Amino acid sequence: MTSEYDVIVVGAGHAGNEAAAAAANLGSKVLLITMDMTKIGQMSCNPAMGGVAKGQIVREIDALGGYSGIVSDKTAIQFRMLNRSKGPAMWSPRTQNDRTRFAEEWRIMLENTPNVDFWQDSVTSLLVKDNRVFGVVTSLGIEFKAKSVVLTNGTFLNGLIHIGEKQLSGGRAGEKSSSGITEQLIQLGFESGRMKTGTPARIDGRTLDYSVMAEQKGDEIPENFSFTDLPPLTNQLSCYITYTNQKVHDILKTGFEKSPMFNGRIQGLGPRYCPSIEDKISRFADKTEHQLFVEPEGRNTVEIYVNGFSSSLPEDVQYKALQEIPGFKNCKMFRPGYAIEYDYFPPVQLKHTLETKLVENLYFAGQINGTTGYEEAACQGLMAGINAHLKINEQNPLVLGRDEAYIGVLIDDLINKGTDEPYRMFTSRAEYRILLRQDNADLRLTEKSYKIGLAREDRYKNMLNKKALSEELVKAVRNLSVEPSLINGYLVSVGSAEMKQKAKLDTLLSRPFVSLSDLLYFEEVNQITKHIQGYQRKEIIEQAEIFIKYEGYINREREMADKMNRLEDIPLKESFDYMSIGSLSMEARQKLSNIKPLTLGQASRISGVSPSDISVLMVHLGR
Amino acid sequence: MAFSFSTDTICALSTPEGYGALSVIRISGESAFRISEKIFTPAGKNKSLTDRAYPCVVFGKVMDGLQILDEAVLTLFKAPASFTGEDTVEFSLHGSPYIRKRVLELLAEHGCRPATEGEFTKRAFMHDKMDLSRAEAVADLIHSESEAEHKIAMRQMRGGFSEELRELREKLVNFASLVELELDFGEEDVEFADRNLLKSHVQGVLKKINSLTASFKLGNVIKRGVPVAIIGEPNAGKSTLLNALLNEERAIVSDIAGTTRDTVEDEISIRGLLFRFIDTAGIRETQDTIENMGIERALEKAKQAEVVLLLADASRWNPVELQSLFERIGNQSVILVINKTDLLTVEQQMTIQQEAESRFNDVPIVYISASLKKEIDLLKNTLFESLDTSALQNNQTVITNLRHYEALKRTEEYLTKVLADIDMHISGDFLAMDIRQALFHLGEITGEITTDDLLGNIFSKFCIGK
Repeated sequence: MTSEYDVIVVGAGHAGNEAAAAAANLGSKVLLITMDMTKIGQMSCNPAMGGVAKGQIVREIDALGGYSGIVSDKTAIQFRMLNRSKGPAMWSPRTQNDRTRFAEEWRIMLENTPNVDFWQDSVTSLLVKDNRVFGVVTSLGIEFKAKSVVLTNGTFLNGLIHIGEKQLSGGRAGEKSSSGITEQLIQLGFESGRMKTGTPARIDGRTLDYSVMAEQKGDEIPENFSFTDLPPLTNQLSCYITYTNQKVHDILKTGFEKSPMFNGRIQGLGPRYCPSIEDKISRFADKTEHQLFVEPEGRNTVEIYVNGFSSSLPEDVQYKALQEIPGFKNCKMFRPGYAIEYDYFPPVQLKHTLETKLVENLYFAGQINGTTGYEEAACQGLMAGINAHLKINEQNPLVLGRDEAYIGVLIDDLINKGTDEPYRMFTSRAEYRILLRQDNADLRLTEKSYKIGLAREDRYKNMLNKKALSEELVKAVRNLSVEPSLINGYLVSVGSAEMKQKAKLDTLLSRPFVSLSDLLYFEEVNQITKHIQGYQRKEIIEQAEIFIKYEGYINREREMADKMNRLEDIPLKESFDYMSIGSLSMEARQKLSNIKPLTLGQASRISGVSPSDISVLMVHLGR
Repeated sequence: MAFSFSTDTICALSTPEGYGALSVIRISGESAFRISEKIFTPAGKNKSLTDRAYPCVVFGKVMDGLQILDEAVLTLFKAPASFTGEDTVEFSLHGSPYIRKRVLELLAEHGCRPATEGEFTKRAFMHDKMDLSRAEAVADLIHSESEAEHKIAMRQMRGGFSEELRELREKLVNFASLVELELDFGEEDVEFADRNLLKSHVQGVLKKINSLTASFKLGNVIKRGVPVAIIGEPNAGKSTLLNALLNEERAIVSDIAGTTRDTVEDEISIRGLLFRFIDTAGIRETQDTIENMGIERALEKAKQAEVVLLLADASRWNPVELQSLFERIGNQSVILVINKTDLLTVEQQMTIQQEAESRFNDVPIVYISASLKKEIDLLKNTLFESLDTSALQNNQTVITNLRHYEALKRTEEYLTKVLADIDMHISGDFLAMDIRQALFHLGEITGEITTDDLLGNIFSKFCIGK
C-alpha cells in the first residue's frame, strides 16, 4: 500500500468502478475507496442494465473500453432488444442481471486490472490547497495523497431513508451514510441541493403464483452489449407482468397521511418518470390499474424485484397492498420499499471534463451530479476517469460531442442546463438520434479511445474490420442486380409489390419489410457476403443494411449536425468579461459569467442565452 | 437550438421602400450565384453567372417562369471580395414595387431567406470585413433588433397573432409528445395514439397554418394597398372614372407632372383600407391609337391586380364584346361597372340591366355616371366588399411579416411531410425528425421548443415509470 496515487476514486458503484478502471488502464496509479468491499458494483435498485437510450449508453461505454457492457453480458439472465419494430435508432438492448453475480464480476474485473488498489473506509474530507485537491482523509484519520480525486458518492452524502414515518440515516438499506464532504464543499464555495429517489419492496419468489401473470421471455437470439467476442447468453430466465387494481390503490391510500412524500417530510425532488406507486395513484387518479414487472434478482436466489411498486409508505401498508396484486396473495416480503434523500451538487459547477470549476483536479460523477441510473453514472465515471488521467499527464481532454454520443448529450446537458430532478437519458434529449445508434457506437467512439490509449488494439482492429467490410458490402449490394423471377416470391411473402424488371438490390432494400438477412437465403445474394465470417458477421451485414435503408435520414442529420458544429468551432475565452457587454441581456450576462462556456456552440445551449445574444458575442469576438 | 450559424443565402431590398427610378436587391451567401441564375438570363453569350471574372456587371432579363419580369443589371462579387465577404449579387431593377416584391418572392422560392435586420453587416463582421470599433454599434443594433422586431410584429398583428401561435405551438408540442412518448416509453404501460388520431392532429394544425399563410396575401395588401385595375373599351370613360374615384385635384397634379406619372401611383382609402390603381398612366393616355394597343397591355397589367373594374359604355352597349373581354381577365375578382347611365332612357336602362344580370350573374354590377359622379360611393363600397376581408372583420390573424410568413411556410412544408410519413407507415423515429423540423421553424417565431417542453408535457399527461 502506498499513500501517493495519481487518481483516488471515492465510491465503488457504477461510476466509481468505471472511473477507476479507465484511469488505471490508461496507466494511472489508482486507489478505489469504498465503505464496504463486499458492496462493490451493487445494483441498488432494479437488477437490469440498458433499455431505451440507456442501452445505447452501455454500448458507448463498451466501445470506449469501459467495463459495464462486459460485466452486464457476463452476468445477464435475460436479453431483449427493445423497440425492434421501430427504426434502428430506437433499437435498445436491455438485460436482466443476476445482482450478486454482477457485483462479483465487477470485483473480479477490477481485481484483474493492474494499477487498482482498494481501501475500505469512508472519506470524510478532501485535502485542498489553493483551490487544488491533493488527496483525501478517511474516517480512520488516514491521509491518502493524489494528483486528482473523483467523487462518486451516489446516495450516500447525508443519505436519509424514509419508510412511512420512520427516518433512518443511511446510504442504502442497511448501510451507513457519509457526512463531511458536503459541508466541506459548501465551505469551498460549492452550491448543493437535495434529491430524492426510491426503490420497491423485495419479495420471496417462492410465495408468488406465476400462473396468473403474463410471462415475458427474453429474445430468441440474444445479443451482447459488448462489441468484443463474448459467448452468447444461454438459459434465459423470464420476467412476469401483473397489474395493480382498485383494491390495491384503496389500501395504499390509507397510508397517505403517513407518507413522507405527501406530508412534506421529503424535501428533495424525485424523478417524474420514475414515480412511486403512491405518486402514480394520486397524480393519475383515473387510472384503475398500473403495470408491474416481476423481475428475478438472479439465478441462485428466490428474491424478486417488483418493478413499478416503488414506495415510501409504511411497511405494513405496502405489505397489505402487495397481497391484493394478482399472483401475490400469499406473498412474503424480504424488505419494504423506501425513499432516500441525498445531497447533490448542481452540475453547472462542472466543466465538460466533469472537473469542478472551483477546485482543480476534483471530478464529480454519477448521482452527486443529479443524475439517476446505473448507465448514466457509469458513463460519467468513465469520462471522469479518462479526463483525470489525461489532465495530470498534460494531454488534451476527451470531450464527446452531442452528435457523437449520448454520453456527450448527457454531460453537455448537465453542465449547461443543470437539472432539478434526477436526470435520466431519453432518446428525445438527443438532437441527432439517428446518428447515435447502438449498432454504430464502436464506429463512433472506439478510435477516439484507442488514440488516447484506452481501447485496446484488438478492439480497434475489429472496429476497422467491421467498418471496411460493411462499406464494401454496401458497394456490392449497389452493384448487384436481381431478376424478378428470383425475388418476386419473397417480395410477395413480405407483402411487397412484385418487380417487373431486373433491379439493383439496394432499391429493393429501400422497401419496408425487405431485409438483407432474409435475402441471404438466395445464393446469388449470399455470394457477396461469403467472405464475411466470424463473430462480427451478423453485425456487419446489419450495419450495411441500416446504411442502405436509412441513408437519406442519416445524411440529413449529419448535415444538420455539421451546420450546428460550426458554432462549436468558435472558442470563447474563459476570461471573457461578459458583464461588460451592455448589449447582452442581463440574464445572458449572468449565465455566461457563471457557466463560462468554452465555445459559442456551448453558449447557445445555455438556458437564458438567446440567439441574439449569440450574435452579439460573435460580433464581439471580432472574428 | 433556435440559432443556426448562418451560412444560408439571404436577400433583402437595399434601397428604400417607396417609389424611385431603381431598386437594388442584394443577395449574399454560398448559393448567391446559383440562385440568381435560376431567375436571371444574361443577355450575352455566356449564360452562366458562376463562370466569370469577378467583380463584373451583367445585363439581362429577370424571368418569372417563362415571362420576362424586368430587365436588370446584376453586379457580381466573389467571396471574399464583397461587402459581406461572401458571394454577393446585386440586382438593379426598375423601381416598381411589384417587380421588387416578385423578385424577392422568386428568390425565396429558390431557397433564399429574407435577411434579418442588420444581417448583411453581421456577416461582414464575421468575415473580418470591419474593425472592432464598429462592432459595438452593430452589437447594439442586433440587441435592439430582437426587441424592435418583436414590437413591429406586435404592431402588425391583428387579432391576437401571438395567442394563435401559442395555441399552435401547444398543439404541436402535444403532437410531438405523443410521438416521443412512443419512442422513449415504448415499454411502459401507456396507450399510444393511433395513427389516424395523429393524422387528424397534424391536419388540424396544418389547416390553421394554411389559413395564416394564406392571410399573408391579405396582410401584404393591407401594407401596400389593394391593387385595382380598370379595364374597358376605348372611350368607355376610364380616365373619367379614375378621376371620379380619386381626389380629382391630386389626379390632375400627378397628370401635370407628366414624365413622372409612372412613378406616382394613385391610391384611395375606402373604410380604412388602401386601394391602389395600377397602370394609371396607361389609362390617361386617352388618344385612340395608343388606346387600341392599350387593351392588351391593360389585360397584362391587370394580372397584378387583386380586383378588376370592368368598365362598359352604356351608350354603346355591346354585351357580346363585353363578355369576351370579361373572359380574358384572369381569376381576379371583377366588378362590372356600367358607365354613362345618364345618357340612357329608363327603358334602355331596364333592358341593359336585365341583359347584364343574366350574362354576368355572379359578378357584382354597379351602374354609374362617372362624369356626373353618380353612384361613385356605391362603387367604392362594392370595391371594398369585393375583397375577402372577412379575416379582418372577424378579427382573425393576418400575417404581414415576411419572416413570419417564411417560418410558417417551412412549418407547413414539414408538417405536410409528416402527413406523408404517417401514410407511408414510417417508424416514429423518422416521423419525429420531420416534427422536430416543423417545431424548429415554428420556434423561429414563438421561441424555441426544447426537449424539456416535450418531456414535461409527457410527464404531466402520462403515467410513466415502472
